[in-house]
Amino acid sequence: MSFIEYGDTIKEGDTAIVFLGHESMFPVKVQPGGKTQTKYGVIRHSTDLIGKKYGSKVTCSKGGWVYILYPTPELWTLNLRHRTQILYSTDISLITMMLELKPGSIVCESGTGSASLSHAIIRTIAPTGHLYTVEFHQQRAEKAIEEFEEHKVGHLVTVKTQDVCKNGFGVTNVADAVFLDIPSPWEAVGHAKLALKHEGGRICSFSPCIEQVQRTCLALEEHGFTEITTSEILLRVYNVRTISLQIPDLGKTADGNSSTGVDGGNLSNEDALCPNLPQETVQFKSGVPLKEMVGHTGYLTFATKNLF
Amino acid sequence: MTKWPSRPTALRKKGNKVASVARAFGGNRKRAFPELALVQEGFFSPLFFFRVEFGQFPRREDSGRVAMEASPRSSSPHVICEGDWAVLKRGDVFKAVAVVKRRKIVFEKQWFCLDNAIGHVYGTSFEVTSGGSLQPKRTLEEMNPETKEAGTDNRNIIDDGKSQKLTHDDIKALKDKGIKGQEIVQQLIENSTTFRDKTEFAQDKYIKKKKKKYDAVMTIIKPSTRILSTMYYAREPGKINYLRYDTLAQILTWGNVHAGNKMIVMETCAGLVLGAVMERMGGYGSIVQIYPGEGPVRAATSCFGFPKTFFDSLSEFPLSKVASVLSGTFSLTSLPSVSEENTPVAEDKNGSGDDKELSRPEVDMECGPKVAMESGQPEDQEMVEFTSEALDDKAKGTTFKSEEGIRKLSPNQPINTHDKQKKQEEKKRKLIEAAALLKNKDADGLIVASRFHPASLLLLLLELVAPSRPFVVYCQYKEPLLECYAKLREKGGVINLKLSETWLRNYQILPDRSHPKLIMSGGGGYLLTGITVKNESINTSDCLDEPSTKKRKLQEHH
Repeated sequence: MSFIEYGDTIKEGDTAIVFLGHESMFPVKVQPGGKTQTKYGVIRHSTDLIGKKYGSKVTCSKGGWVYILYPTPELWTLNLRHRTQILYSTDISLITMMLELKPGSIVCESGTGSASLSHAIIRTIAPTGHLYTVEFHQQRAEKAIEEFEEHKVGHLVTVKTQDVCKNGFGVTNVADAVFLDIPSPWEAVGHAKLALKHEGGRICSFSPCIEQVQRTCLALEEHGFTEITTSEILLRVYNVRTISLQIPDLGKTADGNSSTGVDGGNLSNEDALCPNLPQETVQFKSGVPLKEMVGHTGYLTFATKNLF
Repeated sequence: MTKWPSRPTALRKKGNKVASVARAFGGNRKRAFPELALVQEGFFSPLFFFRVEFGQFPRREDSGRVAMEASPRSSSPHVICEGDWAVLKRGDVFKAVAVVKRRKIVFEKQWFCLDNAIGHVYGTSFEVTSGGSLQPKRTLEEMNPETKEAGTDNRNIIDDGKSQKLTHDDIKALKDKGIKGQEIVQQLIENSTTFRDKTEFAQDKYIKKKKKKYDAVMTIIKPSTRILSTMYYAREPGKINYLRYDTLAQILTWGNVHAGNKMIVMETCAGLVLGAVMERMGGYGSIVQIYPGEGPVRAATSCFGFPKTFFDSLSEFPLSKVASVLSGTFSLTSLPSVSEENTPVAEDKNGSGDDKELSRPEVDMECGPKVAMESGQPEDQEMVEFTSEALDDKAKGTTFKSEEGIRKLSPNQPINTHDKQKKQEEKKRKLIEAAALLKNKDADGLIVASRFHPASLLLLLLELVAPSRPFVVYCQYKEPLLECYAKLREKGGVINLKLSETWLRNYQILPDRSHPKLIMSGGGGYLLTGITVKNESINTSDCLDEPSTKKRKLQEHH
């Protein structure tokens, strides 16, 4: 297992995702003799996991079953232990594309935080790229290093423990892209410019507050960055439901069994759930928005470093 | 106060422009999409192919020499070279072009040649002069009208239509004299009676507006998924099924697209999605493009300017043959033998002939009646043909390694039937390879983004994917994805199904003037994502539309 290369069978030392059901999953480190408790009973690593194929159904001790999934950065983002607020895949997607990341890209990032974005970056720039990530919080930095090793991507990332606003990224003229997720990104813009390649590159800053964006844009402009744009991306998830709506009684039913005109309950629905209701209904499939959704994560400010 | 770079705000005017482009799309296509005009202006004419084939097309090493003279950093991939694909950018408007000498390009109502741009670094800005040549602009000028007077409000500003003392004819005369756009703007300011009374912000806005109109500065940038997907969504959204760039970004992430993958891509987005996947895979791994009709459309793919090596791991396979691969009845013998000796040589369309033959015999999928639609995109096809030639050409110019390449480079050697046969054998070999790849049913991911109804496509193509792998289906409309969702639930073998959409909001950030942009995109399509798992009960029978048992359905909801 490695986050950058698919494998088929579960091996000792792998991080696997145990999928219990809708939106309910957790990561597990596969160890010989290891045991994992789920609500369906215990999973014994040696017999239930090691040697099995990813994506297969594993029966737990109480007879219930779970699926074991291959870890992707997206699944990791949903399952990692939060040390900080993290970036989710919706923002990560836009960041990755707008920073033009691809295999071979050299990227600078700060702070590392819980390494949610870091895993996605590493996935994208492997096998020839490199991530330089800076985290001034000693414990978080160490934890991130540990995870990278565990996920077998340590060779693609360098974690530095220093203050990016004071000391920069520790590299100059190497990066194709810089990402900032820190409280005062405008203080790091100069360092970002130094870290970027001489011939240019892309920068992104993530800030929850508009005042931070204002100051960052000013700093970017002062440092000669161009194509400065700010955007915000929102994810709308829909639940798929079969809805049935009653047809109101307009008091006309008396004369000749009405239903001829109204094509009620006949909308070519193979799984018509309620065939013979006393009152007529119309059924249809709908994508129903969730009652609540994430309305704001942060503003994403992008810019280009140009030679001129 | 710091000067801010000119970032055009979203104006109602822009919305009108979009609408007018859309109208024009139905009417005069040539005007709406100047690059289409090239097709008609003979750029893709047989003569052009002739020149390419016979090596008269100026090659990369030539342009490298040019680059050397112009810039000391010629060896860098950051230098604009002849044969490159580049993107022109003016404000928020993009256009992808092939860098070819002595070729007239029309962009934003101006025409010019790219000759002078060759040898400059990507990201350089150019000013278009009246003669159609480009003058590099080293520093983006900061125009500071010295008048720092400004009003505080507009209570005394009356719209009498007489505030501008220069008449239309005056302005035209200035333009005809070849006066720089910047100076015209200065003149407009000086001759505006109300300018001094405007507030500082209003003055700023006025200058930006005029600059946008008269100051013709254009930047040449390197193509990327970011640039091309933005460009396509703005210019030709119909060709990419209204797939907005942030939605494409989601596809790439949720598909876990990365180096080393074995991907299956089925798209009718002009090859944009394919290009995006190729960029993310960096030439590592393999991609099988499943195409409907006669052959894959890759007009947008070619705009990326990928090195030739990226195409080594790319293969294509007709959608109409997928079912036969799955059932094990696929064989090349069922295809008619490829004999194309009688085709005119100079107009060889890079083997699209075999495609025609391949897709005709057994049309067992739903694309059968739609083949006609495919052929209704001649300009796409032509684009592909031209560029694959150009790519070959370019790659040979740079690498100069393959024997075939050297032979092809030597001038005055006509294309013989041997070459042709070789090409066709190569194509046949690739087809067998692709079939073998599919047969393993162990793809690392599936991406579907087409104009077809996705349900049947998805059910079929998911058979080719290994367990515990992500898949992403794009559709411009939500309803077909609702159906997909229901059918997948019924069939099983997938978990974590999610129907979603992203909204993208752009902001104007200026001191004391920050707000969301006036116009935002109304919709960029919908995605259905999920993860494959082993479908134990179905493993035994290969039947595609086996009716689901109640039991499984209950289990899904546990």
